[in-house]
Amino acid sequence: MSWEFIHYGLGRWLHILSGVMWVGLLYYFNFVQVDALKRANAETPPAGAAITKHIVPSALFWFRWAAVATWVMGAFLLGDKLNQALLFRETAYVPIGIGAWLGTIMLFNVWVLIWPNQKRLLGLVAASEEEKAKARRVAFLASRTNVMLSIPMIFFMSSSGLFHYPVFAG
Amino acid sequence: MKNPLDSLWGTVLCGLVLTAVLYYLARAMMAGG
Repeated sequence: MSWEFIHYGLGRWLHILSGVMWVGLLYYFNFVQVDALKRANAETPPAGAAITKHIVPSALFWFRWAAVATWVMGAFLLGDKLNQALLFRETAYVPIGIGAWLGTIMLFNVWVLIWPNQKRLLGLVAASEEEKAKARRVAFLASRTNVMLSIPMIFFMSSSGLFHYPVFAG
Repeated sequence: MKNPLDSLWGTVLCGLVLTAVLYYLARAMMAGG
């Protein structure tokens, strides 16, 4: 097995696999769960507790670790070009550099804004009702920010590389 | 003013606008390089 196969074959495959899981769960939260939970909790008696107890912790587990795996495999793929991409040092690496920055901001949002606040909402960390209301708002807005950032991020990821140069030079 | 991120479609619209802005920024950076 050659290094090229490990780097560009397995590396890209694992990057895309984990990215599909990360963004897939992000879209599940935003396109499905937010509204479903609102409707379930509006029923009498409220029916959202089962979702919060059985689905959310598991979905968040795969969500946050898929985010790490996606970023690590992306950095592995860029290899010694990581610097050029993140610092926009080479013209050809501008599109992937923008994609990498968007992915990095999204990873920050997952681990610094979404997960710590979700821990308060799930009761893993003690919090007053007021703190929970604030945590809910911060986690919600960070999650929505990631949906917004994912749209250009996927564009730049899928249109990067010399093969797609005409996308930007045309 | 309402936060566009409160609405799902407002969020998607912001994402599309941001994509267009960043696309032209990338083109400008690449043309300047």
